[in-house]
Amino acid sequence: MSDSNEFHPRPEEIISTPGADVFVPHTSLTSTATPPTTPAEIELSGVVQVSERQLARRENWRLIRRRPAFIIGVFIVLVWTACAVLGDRITPHSPLDYRAGTHLSPRAKFPFGTDEQGRDVLSRVMAGARDVLKVAPLAALLGVLFGVIVGMIMGYFGGWLDNVLSRIVEAFLALPVILLALLAVTTLGASPAVVIGVVAALFTPVVARTVRSAVLAERDLDYVTSAKLRGESSAFVMFREILPNVSGPIIVELTVRIGYAVFTVATLAFVSAGPQPPSPDWGAQVSDAFRVISAGIWWTTFFPAAAIASLVIAVNLIADSVQSVLEAS
Amino acid sequence: MGRYLLRRLASAVVTLWLLATIVFLIVNVIPGDVGRRVLGPFALKEDVALFNHRIGTDRPLINQYFSSIRRVFTLDFGNSYVSGDLVRKIVYPALFRSGKLALLAFVITIPVAIAAGIFAARRQDKVSDRVVVNTGLATSSIPEFVTAAVLMSIFCVHWKLGKVFADPPSGTSVIGQLRYLLLPALAMVIAYFGYIARMSRAGVIHGLQSDYARTATMKGLSKGQVMRRHILRNALAPTITVISVQIGYLFGGIIGVEKVFNYHGLGSTMLSAVISKDVPVLQGAVLLVGIIYMISTLLADVLIAFLNPRVRLETAR
Amino acid sequence: MTTISAPSTTTALAVEDLEVVYTVRGVDRAVLRGVSFSIAPGEAYGLVGESGCGKSTTAYAALRYLPRNGKIVGGRVLVGGDDVTNMTTSQLQSFRATEASMVYQDPAQAMNPSVKIGRQLIESFVLLGQSKADAAKSALESLDRVRIADPARVMDRYPFQLSGGMQQRVVIAMALACDPKLLVLDEPTTGLDATVEAEVLDLVRVLRKESNAAVLLIAHNLGIIRSLCDRVGVMYAGRIVEEGPSHQVFDDPQHPYTVGLLRSLPRHGVRKTERALATIPGMLPLIGSNLPTCVFLDRCPLADETCRTVVPPVAPVGADGLRFTRCHHPDRIPEMIEALPDAPIGILAPSDANPEVLELTNLSKTFKQRGSEVPALVDVDLQLAEGETLGIVGESGSGKSTLAKTILGIESADSGGEVALDGNTVAPNTSSRSTADKRAMQMVFQNPDSALNRSWSVRRILTRSVEKLTGIKGDAANKRVEALAAHLRLTPRHLDLKPRQLSGGLKQRVAIARAFAGDPRIVVCDEPTSALDVSVQAAILNLLADLQAEEKVSYVFITHDMGVVRYLADRIAVMYLGRIQEVGPTDDVFNGPNHPYTEALLSAIPSVDGEPTSRIRLEGEIPSPANPPTGCVFHPRCPRVIPGVCEVTEPLLLEVGPGHAMRCHIPIDELRRLQSSP
Repeated sequence: MSDSNEFHPRPEEIISTPGADVFVPHTSLTSTATPPTTPAEIELSGVVQVSERQLARRENWRLIRRRPAFIIGVFIVLVWTACAVLGDRITPHSPLDYRAGTHLSPRAKFPFGTDEQGRDVLSRVMAGARDVLKVAPLAALLGVLFGVIVGMIMGYFGGWLDNVLSRIVEAFLALPVILLALLAVTTLGASPAVVIGVVAALFTPVVARTVRSAVLAERDLDYVTSAKLRGESSAFVMFREILPNVSGPIIVELTVRIGYAVFTVATLAFVSAGPQPPSPDWGAQVSDAFRVISAGIWWTTFFPAAAIASLVIAVNLIADSVQSVLEAS
Repeated sequence: MGRYLLRRLASAVVTLWLLATIVFLIVNVIPGDVGRRVLGPFALKEDVALFNHRIGTDRPLINQYFSSIRRVFTLDFGNSYVSGDLVRKIVYPALFRSGKLALLAFVITIPVAIAAGIFAARRQDKVSDRVVVNTGLATSSIPEFVTAAVLMSIFCVHWKLGKVFADPPSGTSVIGQLRYLLLPALAMVIAYFGYIARMSRAGVIHGLQSDYARTATMKGLSKGQVMRRHILRNALAPTITVISVQIGYLFGGIIGVEKVFNYHGLGSTMLSAVISKDVPVLQGAVLLVGIIYMISTLLADVLIAFLNPRVRLETAR
Repeated sequence: MTTISAPSTTTALAVEDLEVVYTVRGVDRAVLRGVSFSIAPGEAYGLVGESGCGKSTTAYAALRYLPRNGKIVGGRVLVGGDDVTNMTTSQLQSFRATEASMVYQDPAQAMNPSVKIGRQLIESFVLLGQSKADAAKSALESLDRVRIADPARVMDRYPFQLSGGMQQRVVIAMALACDPKLLVLDEPTTGLDATVEAEVLDLVRVLRKESNAAVLLIAHNLGIIRSLCDRVGVMYAGRIVEEGPSHQVFDDPQHPYTVGLLRSLPRHGVRKTERALATIPGMLPLIGSNLPTCVFLDRCPLADETCRTVVPPVAPVGADGLRFTRCHHPDRIPEMIEALPDAPIGILAPSDANPEVLELTNLSKTFKQRGSEVPALVDVDLQLAEGETLGIVGESGSGKSTLAKTILGIESADSGGEVALDGNTVAPNTSSRSTADKRAMQMVFQNPDSALNRSWSVRRILTRSVEKLTGIKGDAANKRVEALAAHLRLTPRHLDLKPRQLSGGLKQRVAIARAFAGDPRIVVCDEPTSALDVSVQAAILNLLADLQAEEKVSYVFITHDMGVVRYLADRIAVMYLGRIQEVGPTDDVFNGPNHPYTEALLSAIPSVDGEPTSRIRLEGEIPSPANPPTGCVFHPRCPRVIPGVCEVTEPLLLEVGPGHAMRCHIPIDELRRLQSSP
């Protein structure tokens, strides 16, 4: 009820209650303060040195960098980004060149073998990074952008608006993203723009739900009340006051969504494969090739599949590292 | 409890209606000529008109919407554009076949994942915990079709284990069918193990840190007793929710797995419907998946209410 | 009450030179720096100190229940002669089952939410080797022992179905199941309402007499320690700096920290008009700080060269060997006590001549909850004069926070109610009030962590308020912010910090500065010091008093702390279930005759001075505002209820003396007679 703040858990012993799993000192207690000198400072020496605070932030970054999972993730993503940017300037063969023999097994000249049309699989895998890295991050970014706006409105205004939107979000969540995407791509066609739009639209409700719950936790804090007391507009409170405080979950959500976008785009390419363009999309490559596995020709499937796996795992390793460090601080 | 159930059921019906509306909107974004799309550019104009009339796409959109909604709640999804058969007769057998595969996958996943989660939680931040967490993270982030293709490359081609085609010949015994289904099921186990393990780990860690676990320890219970008598019951509620959600989502991943293993379940049915633009079949299958999600989350909520007296008693008032 | 048990040869608990560290980011940080004390069977020992001093850690270390990153690096803990620090897992388990028990701060969290009370209790007895049937019988008896009226029904309930007071009784019953040699109580009444707290403390007092357990009580409230404990240890920065019989330590402190702690409390009915509160300069050293000599060195007014170079020894006080202090200069303590601060300049009791700034007429607020109506505020009429402080006291559900929100327009009052500023009615909700009205009324919140935007710098927080409320922009706004900060004794250095870089007291200063950004007429303070330690609280109360003297601002001061309200308020309104039960000048409200509820509230406070309090105790729980009792809403708990009258009609708020009004059927002279006889 309205009198909820009449309950007074004192923060006092909470920080040192050994019942808690790990004792983490309050941020303002982490430094070893130098004894204050002037009388004025003695009166007011509640301050942790600025440099200490910056150290703590640098510490966060240092903690992330020290995680092996993060290093591995970043390395893999950088490799694929280089492939995507440089494309056929660094591939050993042209990804579209079909003059080699068909279905050659891996060998020195073609380390990943060649496909059913005699194209170099290694070159196609390298060039294939471009398609997915063009579509997935953009889709994730748009999804997060819309999700933040919708979630912010739901969480901040609450009431009937939140009720209605929550219902719609729930309905979207009732279906696997890939099914709705498949349905949409079937009616709208599978151009990159459509895929980006559809994936972004389908991510919006998921992101909105995360942002909504983060905003709900902020909305009842007194700084929001204080902003209202000085007459701030709703937009100001939402995007200037609350948004910076929910940036943690949003950053985490963005990294996680990029991983899912790669996942979704690849799966969509695999399942919606009709007649394929010659472009070397990974999902489409697997779709073209997997039927010949039973004939022992595994490399045309395995390498693009492994490429997908490596990219999604890498993105998720980064996301997980960011999340653990942000949540711990 | 009764009122809680009733409220939960009512909200499921509303969600289902919204879901049907979303699906209807997606399918009808492009007003275009359905008959032309299905019959192709060379069909006669009269045939197209006749086709449109037969399937009802020449009626006003609002009428189509109402019949589409009615179909969800009567579980009658109309007739296939392509074969003219009842959609019901196409999707139900397919669902049954996918259900077998899904059931096998979950029977393996749930105990293994929960056990792994508890194991990891009890060794929090030790090497074995990191292994479980990171393996779970990695495997659950790989698309199912990728896992399926890799598994197939390894098991069927190199080691000659398992079957490339998951469809057992008719009349195969239950045990015999298992041999066919094991590999595709394994692909799904790998995909869903991670979420469930991580969630049960988080729940148990939360329980281990709780004040009531402290009380139980101070009473003089052993670690195992605290876990069994006090923590698990409270810790598994979020895991149950995750499992129920995964059951619904499994029908997304199953499409890829079925395609790789050439298994004729709901996923393959949807894919062929996509290729032939057979919207009623696709719509029916998609809605069926939505209904399964509704039922499984509903059951999960009932189970949670059963485990958590607060949910059961407070909402009943 | 404080019968000192002579140091017996057998000790129930002996803590010897205990050292505990927490490993944070790979560095071991010292939390306990050699803690030693012992408790005899049947004796109660209290540990006091401000947050972070290590008192809870001591308690948990005694039962060897430390967080995963905590470890005992030195010393021993002997319970009945057995060393707890050396026990194997199974020994520890049986030690916890049979020898030691604990009662925790938050009883709602301390019980398994999904297991019935009965099963949780029975489990404790089964662990002692009883059969299921016997255990069930014992469980019923144990609930009876903690004065639970209907044990059988309570056994069949889940923890969340009980009120806080009942939950804590059950936890106590559970702790007493094994008839422990050592009972640890960690802030057992923190978070409970005053009248409920009083009942729980009474129960603990009675149970102590019944059992022979050694009691270790951890509390930040000195009054509780004094009323319950034979001896007390004062902790600071992981060390016990002073120890002795509690009445001696509190009446005649011999360590500068104890002196500082006691003097920062508003005691003996002191008022802001008489003198400012003493504060302890500086702040608690951070955990793991390097403190080679005296731990209190940096904040001690008596510190000299000896203190900086030599570790103070344990110096006995008096000849009986019952007391010690860890100070080089106990002889200079009187110097400290004599140096009392002056009263803030310009504070005068407001006279009738002061113009009225705020008038609340017929203010009500009804919340809608699941279709039913919950009256949180009912027909409140109040006036506030310029420069006056109106204290609002009450427990959970009293509507005091709702009153604050309704005045400020955070919640709109029900139609028919009016908030008038300088005689002009203002709009019911903030967003439709004029800038001038918003500027005139501001708020200071309970928890500065919640009240300050953690991603904004102090400068941005203050500048935005100045700009928004006064319309001043740019350089002029900057100047004003700097002047404001200086006024609140914040240095320019603080302006560029984020809230999390500041201590609790400094954060609250920033929050107060923000409230004063537009020269308000009225500041509503909602428990502004209840999240702070007492020495910081004193500084904040002084600051508020100073600001009032200089700015002629009026306060609506909401609190549950009767000592604080007595110090700061000119008038007090006592609220219960959304209604004002009594309102009047502070002295009248404290001296009586009182409304029976006020009487109960006042007698619920355990006094640090050991002043005898009357023993009015309330029956039962605070009713839900959703379903208030008929007639006088207080009648079901009122010890002075007139049957046939009070449950039928609700009394009116009638004047019983100059400016003193009460909502009671009992005539004032009758109340005076009842309350003057013991």
